[in-house]
Amino acid sequence: MLVLDKLAKTYAGARSRSVLRGVDLTLAAGEYIAVMGESGIGKSTLLNLIAGLDAPDAGSIRLDGVELTRLDDDAATLLRRKSMGFVFQAFHILPYLSLAQNVALPLVLNRVAEDEAAARTHAMLAAVGLAGREASMPRELSGGELQRAAIARALVHSPKLLLADEPTGNLDPDSAAQVLALLRAQVKTRNAACILVTHSQAAAATADRIVVLTAQGLREAG
Amino acid sequence: MRATMRAPLALSRAALFLAPLAQHKGRLAVSVLAIALGVALGYAVQLINAVALNEFSQAVRSLAGEADLEIRGPRAGFDEMLYARVARMAQVAVASPVLEAEAKLPGRKEPLHLLGVDAFRAAQVQPALIGSAPADLLDLLRPDAIFLSPAAADSLSLKPGDRLAVQVGLTQQSLRVAGLLRASGRERLGVMDIAAAQLLLGRSGSISRLDLRLRPGADMDAVQADLQAQLPPGLIVERSHRDLQRNANLSRAYRVNLNVLALVALFTGGFLVFSAQALSVVRRRAQLALLRVFGVTRGGIARMLLAEGALIGAAGAVLGLVAGYLMAAAVLARFGADLGAGEFRGLHPDLHADPWASALFFALGVAVALAGSLSAALEAARAAPAQALKAGDEQTAFARLRPAWPGVALLLAGALCTAAGPVGGIPLFGYIAIALMLLGTLALMPRLATTVFAVLPLPRAAGARLALAQLQGAPGQAAVSLAAIVASFSLMVAMGIMVASFRVSLSQWLDQVLPAELYMRTGMGGDTGFLSPEDQERIAALPGVRRAEFLRIEQLLLAPDKPRVALLARSFGGDDPGQRLPLVGAAFAPRAGDPPPLWASEAMVDLYGYRVGQVVQLPLAGQLRRFTVAGIWRDYARQHGSVIIARELYMAYTGDRKANDVALYLAPGASPASVMRAIRASIPGAANVEYGAPAEIRARSLKVFDRTFAVTYALEAVAVIIGLFGLSSNFGALVLARSREFGMLRHVGMTRRQIGAMLAAEGALVSALGLALGLALGWVISLVLIRVVNRQSFHWSMELHPPWALLALLAAALLLLAMFTALASGRRALGVDVVRAVREDW
Repeated sequence: MLVLDKLAKTYAGARSRSVLRGVDLTLAAGEYIAVMGESGIGKSTLLNLIAGLDAPDAGSIRLDGVELTRLDDDAATLLRRKSMGFVFQAFHILPYLSLAQNVALPLVLNRVAEDEAAARTHAMLAAVGLAGREASMPRELSGGELQRAAIARALVHSPKLLLADEPTGNLDPDSAAQVLALLRAQVKTRNAACILVTHSQAAAATADRIVVLTAQGLREAG
Repeated sequence: MRATMRAPLALSRAALFLAPLAQHKGRLAVSVLAIALGVALGYAVQLINAVALNEFSQAVRSLAGEADLEIRGPRAGFDEMLYARVARMAQVAVASPVLEAEAKLPGRKEPLHLLGVDAFRAAQVQPALIGSAPADLLDLLRPDAIFLSPAAADSLSLKPGDRLAVQVGLTQQSLRVAGLLRASGRERLGVMDIAAAQLLLGRSGSISRLDLRLRPGADMDAVQADLQAQLPPGLIVERSHRDLQRNANLSRAYRVNLNVLALVALFTGGFLVFSAQALSVVRRRAQLALLRVFGVTRGGIARMLLAEGALIGAAGAVLGLVAGYLMAAAVLARFGADLGAGEFRGLHPDLHADPWASALFFALGVAVALAGSLSAALEAARAAPAQALKAGDEQTAFARLRPAWPGVALLLAGALCTAAGPVGGIPLFGYIAIALMLLGTLALMPRLATTVFAVLPLPRAAGARLALAQLQGAPGQAAVSLAAIVASFSLMVAMGIMVASFRVSLSQWLDQVLPAELYMRTGMGGDTGFLSPEDQERIAALPGVRRAEFLRIEQLLLAPDKPRVALLARSFGGDDPGQRLPLVGAAFAPRAGDPPPLWASEAMVDLYGYRVGQVVQLPLAGQLRRFTVAGIWRDYARQHGSVIIARELYMAYTGDRKANDVALYLAPGASPASVMRAIRASIPGAANVEYGAPAEIRARSLKVFDRTFAVTYALEAVAVIIGLFGLSSNFGALVLARSREFGMLRHVGMTRRQIGAMLAAEGALVSALGLALGLALGWVISLVLIRVVNRQSFHWSMELHPPWALLALLAAALLLLAMFTALASGRRALGVDVVRAVREDW
């Protein structure tokens, strides 16, 4: 479903820095992998390239046969809107929207009919253990609950690919474990592919396989 | 050792304090400039007023000299026999009679203040009025000799030995400049022998003023009371220089209104500081929380933010003082001290920076900036550090909905203040009411925004949908982003409605008071011009004249603390005066046996308590005459009061048969031009008077009106520009503060265009609400301006004539501007790396 081929990225400037070099990866639908690596090695850059938020200097990124590197900004945005979901370390739940409105955001952007959007939002919130909290405002929720809502938002439009960047970085161990279990369960239930970027061995252990990003590219962890 | 340890600490504290300011130089500059503009305008107006009044006071002091008491009366003067009686009083050391007139100079708009004095008496009381060592001492007594003040000689380009033409009635009299006065003031002044002046002006046996110096040890209060008891009606004995206060009162309302208008700009600047500081605190929420974690107390946070405000205020105030001084100098050089309104005619003052005014306006600038920062400082101090440290918490500051009662209480207090009367002739409570209404509305804005946005249906388009949701969820944002624009737009609407109402009312008033086809005025540019009975007869007998209505204007002093009241003695040609005058309210027909009718202007109601049907007394020719108030009329020409009586009655009471103006109704076939020609041909000196057809007078009056309000427009424009600056700067800051949100939205698939549309929709919705509120509030404030401030300041009423089309156009323009501003801000925000935005904690 997702194929990365000889991906390379260098940040230009007075002191140009080569971040990614010769990165190859193949990810099948329903597969859940963890990407680890030392700080500054380019894990987040890799996610941004896959999301179409940044352009590589060389190599290709194909999602279901579509070459992302050839898409302009609008086309990449539309693809991202339809086919990808994101979970961030800092949650990024909009404080002025209710929980249901936050979760429904991708459905609104994808022009899903109002009734259907409401039903899917309701179901998604129930799936992440936030049933009955539709009208709650973000300030009323704990960090773990906010991240569960973020997972609901990332999956509500049934994306093919979920990109999670340190989703447990702001959570206590118990909440982190709950969120990771939920993330895996939801990914598997919906047969989505997921790339989890993390420093945490415990988080990585929940994935189907672990790859390590090095200066020479991705390699499978022992 | 201690010193070396302290130096880096002091440095870091300074950096902690100054770094946030330096980080956003653009917004800092806008805040400083807003305060600077407000201070500059206020300071400039204050300097101009102070300098003009100072010059005026110096002139009055030099005229009054060393007198202890003064006897004054009607402008036309009183019987000189009083002089002989008073001079004989045991307590009086010297009595110096003075005859005063504003001499009309042919071909010139500005009159010459002419004083007739008894040189031997004046030398003991008003030495400044005596010429400096004239070559021929007899010139002090010669009937054609006049001594000019240096300022008058300078402005008239005359030197000793030259001739000066003065118009008396319709004829020109030639005087010889015998020398210069010792007076060093800047007033244009001419002095001659009192007997010569009486002869010249046709006022034999009449004096205008009697200056008294009392014997050493005399009880001034007792002498004053004793004298007052002996004086005929219409004359007042008062302490010397009291006239100074009375004349200062003449222009006080105008000066205060100008000052208040200038302060509006400062007030609006304060709202801009409020918005900027509120946004700055929101952006730095986590930083401030970190300081709290490190041990800075709540008070410390508040003090730091207030110090920032004070620094902005101080910088703005210093800039404003410099700019204000330069502005005042430029305005004085270009327009003179009256700013085009004619209140300080004839004075050409120099500018001096007043340390007290400088200190006052510096303090005002700092105080306004401090007040603007207060709410943000308290908000930051109250924030819970643990919560505020979390990314995204900044938006919660906007989500809080404060109780409505403070806003409602402020509005109610404002409404109550409108019922209060003036304080010392100044509509103090009117101004307070406006400020309270403005603050009350702004305090209610979050709640109003919530109510209004809650009833709007969520649109289908994602951008607009999110925009509305954002506004519904963050009501505080509306208050922060719109404070300056609501303040400036509502005040602009209020001023716009007031000025338009005034202009339309004035135009309608002119239509009513100018029914004749041709008007002839002798009083322009001085009070020595008049039509003699013979002139009047000739004019009335001209073939082209169907009817001539003559008017005599006299000035009566009715109260020692108030300016003179105009007495208009006019003929109505047999018409019912009630039908001819622009009456306000019902007329009253005096019954048989009632004193004759008098029509009083609205100022007489406010200042002297006149009521329709009341019997009042006026001092005419030394006797109190009774009249019945038959109606109240609107007089836009005189703000200190006027009364109209029948001219026939006036002539009977006073024997004065002169006239100042005449309204001519033309015979069929006659044209104004042909009648003017006929008058000039048949009456010597008739070329020296002013003629005007109603349309010309109307156009000229409206031109003067527009020129007077030009300053108002300029000050208002500055307030609006400050408001727009605020809108633009605040939108930019708000959008930047939400860069994380935009980053996330870009991640989940919103295009740049959609985010742009969202921001434009937000800009439009918030601005539409602000403009609608500004319009409504402006309309209410205009009512306060018209019915309270204007009425208490100038004592005239007006009808409400809002210029809706103009206001709608202006609102539409501002709405478009707000949308463009939001879009431009959005473009900047979207230029921020969206990837970095979602990763930033702060």
